[in-house]
Amino acid sequence: MFRKIRIAVAIAVIAILTFGFIDFAGIIDNPLLQKIQFGPALLSLSIVTLVCLIAATLLLGRLYCSVICPLGIFQDFFNWLSKKFDKKKKYGYKTEQPWLRWGVLAVLVIAWICGFTFLTGLVEPYSAYGRMADELFRPVYLFGNNLLATIFEKFGNYSFFKVVISLKSITAFAVALLTLLVVGHISYHYGRTWCNAICPVGTLLGFFSRFSLLRIRIDKDKCNHCLACQRKCKAYCIDSKNQAIDYSRCVDCFDCIDACKQKALSFGPVKCSKAPNENQTDSVDESKRQFLKSTLVIAALAPAALEAKVTGKKDERVPMSPPGSISHRNLLQHCTACHLCVSKCPSHVLKPAGMEYGLGGIMQPVMKFDDGYCNYDCNLCSQVCPAGAIRPLTVEQKHSTQPGRVVFNKDICVVNVNRTSCGACAEHCPVQAIHMVPFEGGLTIPQTTPELCVGCGGCEYICPVKAVHIEGNPVHLEAKAPEQDNNIQTDNFDFGF
Amino acid sequence: MDRREFLKTLAAAGALVTVKSSGMMDVMASTMPATATASEGNADLAAIMNGEPAAMLQAAMKELGGIGRFINKGDKIVIKPNIGWDRTPELAGNTNPDLLVALIKMCQDAGAAEIKVFDHTCDNWTRCYDHSGIEAAVKKAGATMVYAHERSSYQQVDIPKGKALKSAEVHKAIVECDKWINVPVLKNHGGALMTCAMKNHMGIVWDRRAFHSRGLHQCIADICTYKPAVLHIVDAYRTVATNGPQGRSASDVVLTKALFASADIVAVDTAAGKFFTQINKNISFDDIEHIPDGQQLGLGTMDLESINVKRVRL
Repeated sequence: MFRKIRIAVAIAVIAILTFGFIDFAGIIDNPLLQKIQFGPALLSLSIVTLVCLIAATLLLGRLYCSVICPLGIFQDFFNWLSKKFDKKKKYGYKTEQPWLRWGVLAVLVIAWICGFTFLTGLVEPYSAYGRMADELFRPVYLFGNNLLATIFEKFGNYSFFKVVISLKSITAFAVALLTLLVVGHISYHYGRTWCNAICPVGTLLGFFSRFSLLRIRIDKDKCNHCLACQRKCKAYCIDSKNQAIDYSRCVDCFDCIDACKQKALSFGPVKCSKAPNENQTDSVDESKRQFLKSTLVIAALAPAALEAKVTGKKDERVPMSPPGSISHRNLLQHCTACHLCVSKCPSHVLKPAGMEYGLGGIMQPVMKFDDGYCNYDCNLCSQVCPAGAIRPLTVEQKHSTQPGRVVFNKDICVVNVNRTSCGACAEHCPVQAIHMVPFEGGLTIPQTTPELCVGCGGCEYICPVKAVHIEGNPVHLEAKAPEQDNNIQTDNFDFGF
Repeated sequence: MDRREFLKTLAAAGALVTVKSSGMMDVMASTMPATATASEGNADLAAIMNGEPAAMLQAAMKELGGIGRFINKGDKIVIKPNIGWDRTPELAGNTNPDLLVALIKMCQDAGAAEIKVFDHTCDNWTRCYDHSGIEAAVKKAGATMVYAHERSSYQQVDIPKGKALKSAEVHKAIVECDKWINVPVLKNHGGALMTCAMKNHMGIVWDRRAFHSRGLHQCIADICTYKPAVLHIVDAYRTVATNGPQGRSASDVVLTKALFASADIVAVDTAAGKFFTQINKNISFDDIEHIPDGQQLGLGTMDLESINVKRVRL
């Protein structure tokens, strides 16, 4: 029964969560399931989410890994698939690899402290899944939609509309594909080994799940050591011979309960007779503590050199981080590159970065105006970010945020070069940070007021010769409020002709 | 020649003449049977003030001799509003949805076989269609909202009369329709000073950047020669007086409660331009270049004295 509920909830969760990533029509504008993911919650220090998740783990064990973590559910799918092809598939019991688990975690923590968030985001399970959803599943969904739209259009029905399918970044696509192959391969052959050897969230929650109140228990009187449960356990954590379970690795999939013909397994409150096990955990704890201590020391000594590189280069254009991200540093500290903002951006402005932010910020969102410009009244990215990398902005707050400012190059402007009228940049500027002023021969030419600029990139996008572009502010500034023109007559006018 | 064909030819000829010069219009109209209940007094340009959008449209069409003078029963009609910006109706960045609903009803009553509405937006199209209130209003009125954000919706066409623009990718809805009605909103414009009926043609083409790199004013005038709309209805119910074409806030918008309608695009832009420059006094009518450009291309007349103008205050 528990197993069936687990599967039903997991399917519902992954369906809704995935839809949050692939939905282009704004049906789910503010996905909630993305906000209760452990990794982003930890980086944004969302105390409420963290306390709830840890409390749930202390109560129920690592149920999180089976029903909330999308990468966990994704692995269960591959695991299920493997059983379809190999009916006799069996698992066994393996001892825990604390050095590997905690070692990986330590490396990730050091990487994060050094500003090398790329590595942390690479294995953070929710973000790893998010990138797969955005880079791999989304194009498939869009393709299906376009096919439908084409068919409907033929019959004069415009209820579906076509959407542009584009490769946002080769790096992000390659990483997503690699994640799919690696995690898919491991889960197909070795069950939840990824979760118990590499996954930082698995390691952290595993620490708490050792003490969980409710857990899978083996009734020692009923158990006949048939190994049925052990063979079913994709986490390799049931030692049927000794009638023991490693709760730090158990993900509460409940497969074992259904497998036991003796009905010796049940999910319920812990009993007090667990003395030998607890001794074991204590000894493991020591090594972990040692590890954490040493990593913290190394981390404290390591200079945040990577970040210095980002702002240091002067010959190249300064990248634009999305409004609400406050600064490159803030983005670097919090973003695990789940690409929810990238997938939600209705104007296709947010793209996974290459080396714009330096090595540490690969795949983090950067504003690019090749396919569109940031909508003045849109604050979606700031609303959906689960990691606090892009802080929530109201539309009014966004209007006064300046993530970058306009730069005008008169030498290549068409008005100056071709002596023809244009004004596309001024037309697209929502705040008149570019406006047209009289030029030779009755023409008008752009003039910029950078203090007013909100960095939306409308001018850069539409300029036929890229004579205007937006230069990023490494730390976002406040955009000055524009002054009001008073030479308007608001009543008492006639036809005028 | 059967009756339908005869009517079509007549209407097409009528529309053409209307665009060329308005002097002949009265003669043509008076010869139109059945659908055109025309009389000697039909206006060439109707200017209406002090009404709600639907009422002003009714009044204008009454002065012009009814919608039946411009479209025929069984026509495939396209209505092309301005939906360029992600703005609510109160901010007047786009054509007023109430006006569109009234116009759709009018076309339906005149027996239009199909009514499509679209615009190639500047801002993100889903947000424009949605926040302008136009998509919902159009669908409710029973017309078809067509999308225009994808290149495959456009078709390469020749513009034989164009000076700077010899060909362009024009939306298939326009290419394939029998008649289309241009429904711009009157606004201030940073580059062109004022945007109205002629500038609204930017929304029927795919590549805007080409217009800007080849000389905006001439390209606008050129595209107007491709397949002239049979009627231009200028929405000036609310007007973005400053910081156009988007307007920054409600303080840029003036409740002007006016509407101008004519088959002559230059005349309607002239009327709207003169109306507009008394609201925004920083702009002089003589500086709005694309209107004389249009007259030079033979799109219509700027001389409002030479045509039959009806001014109505509701």
